[in-house]
Amino acid sequence: MTTLTDDTLPVTPRAMRDEMIVFAVMALLLASVPFTGVYPFFVMQALCFALLACAFNLLIGYGGLLSFGHAMFLGTAGYCSAHALKVWALPPELGILVGIAAAFALSIVTGYISIRRQGIYFSMITLALSQLLYFIYLQAPFTHGEDGIQGIPQGHMFGVLDLSKPTVLYYVVLVGFLAGFLLIFRIINSPFGEVLKSIRENEQRAISLGYRTDQYKFLAFILSGTLAGFAGALKVFVAQNASLTDVHWTMSGEVVLMTLVGGLGTIFGPVVGAFAIIAMQQYLASFGQWVTVIQGSIFVICVLTFRRGVIGEIAHYFRRSL
Amino acid sequence: MQALYAQLLVGLINGSFYALLSLGLAVIFGMLNIINFAHGALYMMGAFVAYFLLNLGGINYWWALLLAPIIVGIFGMILERTMLQWLTGLDHLYGLLLTFGIALIVQGVFQNYFGSSGLPYAIPDQLRGGMNLGFMFLPVYRGWVVVFSLVVCLATWFLIEKTQLGAYLRAATENPTLVRAFGINVPRMITLTYGLGVGLAALAGVLSAPINQVRPLMGADLIIVVFAVVVIGGMGSIMGSIITGFALGVIEGLTKYFYPEASNTVVFVLMVLVLLVKPTGLTGRAA
Repeated sequence: MTTLTDDTLPVTPRAMRDEMIVFAVMALLLASVPFTGVYPFFVMQALCFALLACAFNLLIGYGGLLSFGHAMFLGTAGYCSAHALKVWALPPELGILVGIAAAFALSIVTGYISIRRQGIYFSMITLALSQLLYFIYLQAPFTHGEDGIQGIPQGHMFGVLDLSKPTVLYYVVLVGFLAGFLLIFRIINSPFGEVLKSIRENEQRAISLGYRTDQYKFLAFILSGTLAGFAGALKVFVAQNASLTDVHWTMSGEVVLMTLVGGLGTIFGPVVGAFAIIAMQQYLASFGQWVTVIQGSIFVICVLTFRRGVIGEIAHYFRRSL
Repeated sequence: MQALYAQLLVGLINGSFYALLSLGLAVIFGMLNIINFAHGALYMMGAFVAYFLLNLGGINYWWALLLAPIIVGIFGMILERTMLQWLTGLDHLYGLLLTFGIALIVQGVFQNYFGSSGLPYAIPDQLRGGMNLGFMFLPVYRGWVVVFSLVVCLATWFLIEKTQLGAYLRAATENPTLVRAFGINVPRMITLTYGLGVGLAALAGVLSAPINQVRPLMGADLIIVVFAVVVIGGMGSIMGSIITGFALGVIEGLTKYFYPEASNTVVFVLMVLVLLVKPTGLTGRAA
C-alpha cells in the first residue's frame, strides 16, 4: 500500500536551511503586501485559511489522519471569540484566547472520540461530529442561528493597536499567521514530529518499538484542532462576523482541497493551496454554483494525476523537502 | 398516540433509506476499498432520473423504479471504469477525496440548472390514499416504501450471502488475486459491484421522490447521517447494515416525538456513545 507521501526525504541541516530561506522569502513577500496595492482584505482572508490548512496538514500530512471536520474548530473558535468580543466586550487579545481555549476543549473531546478508529472511519467520524456541532449551533441561542453573530467590534489590541485600521489589522493577522506557521514547523521537526511521521509510515512498527501511538495521534489532534481554532479567532477580526458557513461540511471540504492542491505533507503547500483556492473563489464569484463544480473537478484532477500537489511536485523535482 | 405512530412511520421510512444506502456503501467498500462519498449525489440522481422519465418521457413510476437504478448504475460503472479503478493500491483516503469531488461536481451541475428548491413528484395512482389500521391512519405510499425497501434489502442479502455469484463476490473481497487465479474476471465484478451499490442508492432516490420532493441537495446531508450509521453498524456484515439502518431510523422517529429538538442530532450522539462503549462498532471488525 502506498502511503500519502511515498517519497519523504530525511530532514538534513541543508533541508532545514532551504526551508528557512523559503520561509524568510514568504514572510518578506507577505510583509510587503500593504505597499503593493493588493487588496489587503483578500490576503488577510487567505492567511487565515492558510493557517487553518497548515493545522489540518499537521494531522493528515504528518499523522496520516484525514479529518473531514476541521470546520468545527474554525467555527467554534469563531463563535466563541465573536461572543466574547461582542457580548462580554473583552479586548481583542482576550477574545482570541477565548476562541483558542474553546477549540482546545473541543479538540480534546472530539479527539478522544475519533482517535479510537483508524483510516476511513476516522474521516467519517470527524465529519459526523462536525455535523453534530453544526446542528447544535443552528439551534443554540448565542449563535443567532441563520443570521450569525454580526457587527463584531474590532477594538484595540493590547490597548494600543487599532484593529479597525486595515494596515494595523493586516500586520496583526500576519504576525498571528507567521507565529502559528513557525509553531507547526517546529512541531514537525521535533522528536514528537519524527515519531508522528513514523506512525504515518508504519504504525505497527512504531507500536512494536514501544511508542504509544494513540497518545501521539491524540496530541497531534489537539495541536491541530487548537491551531485551527487560532485561525478561526483571527478570521473573526477580518470578516467581523461568525456564521454557520464556517461550521458547515463544505468548509471542511475546502480545507482538504487547499491542502491537496498545495501538497499533502509539505510545509508550504497548504499556504500556496489556500491562496490559490481563495483567489479562485474571489475571481469566479459571479459564476455561482459553477465554483462548486470547478472545486469538485480540481479534487478529481488532483487525486487522479497530481497527488503530490504544487509544492510536492516542486520539492520532488529538486529532491528537497519543502 | 396518533402522532407517535406517525413519527414511527416516518422513522421507518428514513430507516429504509439509511438501510439501502449503508448497504450499498458496505458492498462497495468490501470490493473497492472505497468509501463512496458520491453515494448521496447518486441517490439524488436516482430521484432526478425518475422526474425526467415522468416529465420528459411520460414514463411512469413503476418503470422508473426499474429504469432509474439501471441508468444511474451505468453512470456509476462509467465512473468506476474511468476514474475509481486507477486508485487500486493507493491509500483509502484518495478514494474518499475522489468521490467527494465527484459528489461536488454532480450536485453543482444539478444546482445550476434546478436551483435549491424542490420539484414535485406525484404519488402513483395505485398507491394513493390510505388505510385505517384501527390504531392509526396509514398512507399507502409510505407503507409501500417500507415494505418494498425491506424486500430489496433482504434480496440483496440473499444475493450476496446465499448465491454462487455472491460467493464469488465474498471470495474476491477476501482475496482478489486468488479468485482471479481461478479464472474469474475480478475487475468486471468490481465494476458490477459498484453498479449494484449505486443502483441501490438510486432506487432509494426514486422511492423518496414522492415523499421528500426532488432537490439537488437531497443527498448531501443524508450521506453524512448514513456515514454515522455505517460507523455505528460497521461494514463487516450485510444484515448488520440493514438492521442498524432501520433501527436508527426508528430511534430518530421516536426522538422526533419525545424530544424534537434533538431529532437532527440523535444519530450522531448515538455514534459517539457507541464509539465510547464499543469502538469497533456494533457488528464491525476492527479497522
